[in-house]
Amino acid sequence: MKKLNGIRLDHRKNTENSATVDFPLPAKVRIPMSMHMGAPCQPIVKVGDEVKVGQKIGDSDAAFSAPVHSGVSGKVTAITDYRSAMGAVCKAVEIETDGFQTVSEEVVPPVVTDKESFLKAVRESGACGLGGAGFPTHIKLNPKTPIDTLIVNAAECEPYITADYREMIECPDDIIGGINLVKNMLGIKNCKLAIEANKPEAIKNFTEMAANDDTIDILTLPSKYPQGAEKVIIYNSTGRIVKEGELPSDEGVIVINVSTVAFLYRYVQTGMPLVTRRLTVDGNAVAEPKNVRVIIGTSFRELLEFCKTDIDAIRKLIGGGPMMGMSIPDIDMPIVKTSNAVLAVKKYDQRKTSSCIRCGRCVRVCPLGLMPADIDRAYRIKDIEELKKLKVMLCMNCGSCTYVCPANRKLAETNQLAKALIPRK
Amino acid sequence: MNRLVVSPSPHDENYLKTSMIMLNVIIALMPALCAGVYFFGWRALALTAVCVLSCVVFEFLCRKIMKRENTIGDLSAVVTGVILAMNLPVTLPLWIAAIGSFVAIVIVKQLFGGIGQNFANPAITARIVLMVSFPSAMTNWVLPAKFGVDAVSGATPLRLVGMTADELAKAGQTVPGYKELLLGNTAGCLGETCALALLIGGLYLAARRIISLAAPVSFIGSLALLSLIHGDDPLYQILAGGVFLGAFFMATDYATTPISTKGKVIFGLGCGIITFVIRAFGSYPEGVSFSILLMNVLTPYIEQMTRTKVFGAKEAVKE
Repeated sequence: MKKLNGIRLDHRKNTENSATVDFPLPAKVRIPMSMHMGAPCQPIVKVGDEVKVGQKIGDSDAAFSAPVHSGVSGKVTAITDYRSAMGAVCKAVEIETDGFQTVSEEVVPPVVTDKESFLKAVRESGACGLGGAGFPTHIKLNPKTPIDTLIVNAAECEPYITADYREMIECPDDIIGGINLVKNMLGIKNCKLAIEANKPEAIKNFTEMAANDDTIDILTLPSKYPQGAEKVIIYNSTGRIVKEGELPSDEGVIVINVSTVAFLYRYVQTGMPLVTRRLTVDGNAVAEPKNVRVIIGTSFRELLEFCKTDIDAIRKLIGGGPMMGMSIPDIDMPIVKTSNAVLAVKKYDQRKTSSCIRCGRCVRVCPLGLMPADIDRAYRIKDIEELKKLKVMLCMNCGSCTYVCPANRKLAETNQLAKALIPRK
Repeated sequence: MNRLVVSPSPHDENYLKTSMIMLNVIIALMPALCAGVYFFGWRALALTAVCVLSCVVFEFLCRKIMKRENTIGDLSAVVTGVILAMNLPVTLPLWIAAIGSFVAIVIVKQLFGGIGQNFANPAITARIVLMVSFPSAMTNWVLPAKFGVDAVSGATPLRLVGMTADELAKAGQTVPGYKELLLGNTAGCLGETCALALLIGGLYLAARRIISLAAPVSFIGSLALLSLIHGDDPLYQILAGGVFLGAFFMATDYATTPISTKGKVIFGLGCGIITFVIRAFGSYPEGVSFSILLMNVLTPYIEQMTRTKVFGAKEAVKE
């Protein structure tokens, strides 16, 4: 089967052999009420309240949301306004830690017997996609159409990031446990664990672990970016095409991140909600790049100092990978559920854009077969009909076009701006 | 701490820039240029220098007058200059070459918006303009000569192959063999005679992934096939004249040829067919320049027809 286009990037997985270390307890955390896709939560604690580890501190009535929990025990000192790197505004709860890390009485393993109780438990865990998008997991696991295949996304195709890889090396039993849990609770027959070829050790381990289970396939995907993009991984592992306007579930597939699935298993065992996560700290301003397990709400500054970063030299801070990560405007912002990496970069040249030479590289690399150069031209003359014909709405902002452009044109950015021109139905 | 730079993703880039692509094209043109200097003497180099210099100067002045950003650093004017020189007979007066540069850079390229915006290949158009404006100067062919010996005028291989035995005897020339055509030891434009050097340059560009071989292969292939059907010697037809120069360096120009592989194949086919028709039935012995120019004009339509199929896209419902 023909695989979709992709580009070969320099992997720079400097931290792949650094075992996860725990970040020491911070003196203060700031926990935003919106770290997921969907409606932000409202704080359910007040200033002056005592909170414990695992206690729910924010929730929402909206279906498309995920509750927020505290990762520390201590006292709520402030509830402030917070603007995320995406630009969304919500409240944030600031907690001063007491150092005891007393676990809340709320933390008890949930009783999971069937689909309904499982989905309820998933919602209460505060789980959302840990790969970066932050889609609420309980929504993802409750599609309207029947599902026959669960794809566990372990591609980790972005350079630098090794957080998912460390999950696979350090907690393989949690991953297999999580896969079986999801499969059994939702009645899904098959699972494909899709790993990029640049992680041979993980592929070997899981192939051995799943040798006697013919419902779990371990797939080796080519190390080509963006292998982990949802539509790409679905096509490259099952041959199914998620059509325009469809969800993966319309094709009978659910894609879930490998760290998310391992978290679900641990939650059902322990009842501890999503209050910590593993992330990769790297970039040329970081003297000791490593994988760190950190309490959600810790500031980037403290984490970077922990990794011996030359704070004054940082020119750019990226939350996520270099291809799709978000620029972080303020080093004192907190780590959120979706932070799978933080890259601190010393030198960053603002690129000078020149004219399109029509070399066609952007067209050749687009995994979806879009024509970014033509979209760029149509965008500049605000030709909405042409933009619709060029299917700009399908762009997933993988950034491959901007990456390869010899004229430094910001094609991926233009695609996102062009989307805004098309009226929503 | 410095203020953090905030910009949209991706934050990474590859380092193949426009100027690097152009530099690679210049490198790829060097074997053919060296062959031209070897066969036609130092004047070939002087003519090339005039073309390159005048192209760069025209580009610089044009951008200055239009109050646009200076673009000579992207080296595309140098590429145009070298390709233009390779399309000229070595005997051409230098001032005519400068007029060619003016046509290529000012009229064809800059008046349409500069690099990437021109609809026709600058060097090809300049060659055609010069051909119709200065027909005798543009067809004043000489045979390759040793350095220091006066050049002797001679007919191009495509003329020779159409001559009768009597005419050949009168001209004092013979129809060149494949070896002469391959090495470039024939009369013709200074950069088009050595097919081997052009092939090396073209393959270098393909190996560096600067060009795709779709258009050259379909161009050369269709010309050979049609010549075979027509009863001509296909190998002679593709080695003689400007086919290799046109196929590898002008039918692969980014701005004036289609982007998709399917489009490139169609472009090459069109070039092959038109070249064959002009050679076999037209009054000009050579048709490569016209074929490429005509296909340049058709490129927007080819582009429309060969748009990529978007993954998972649904066709618009007709109302």
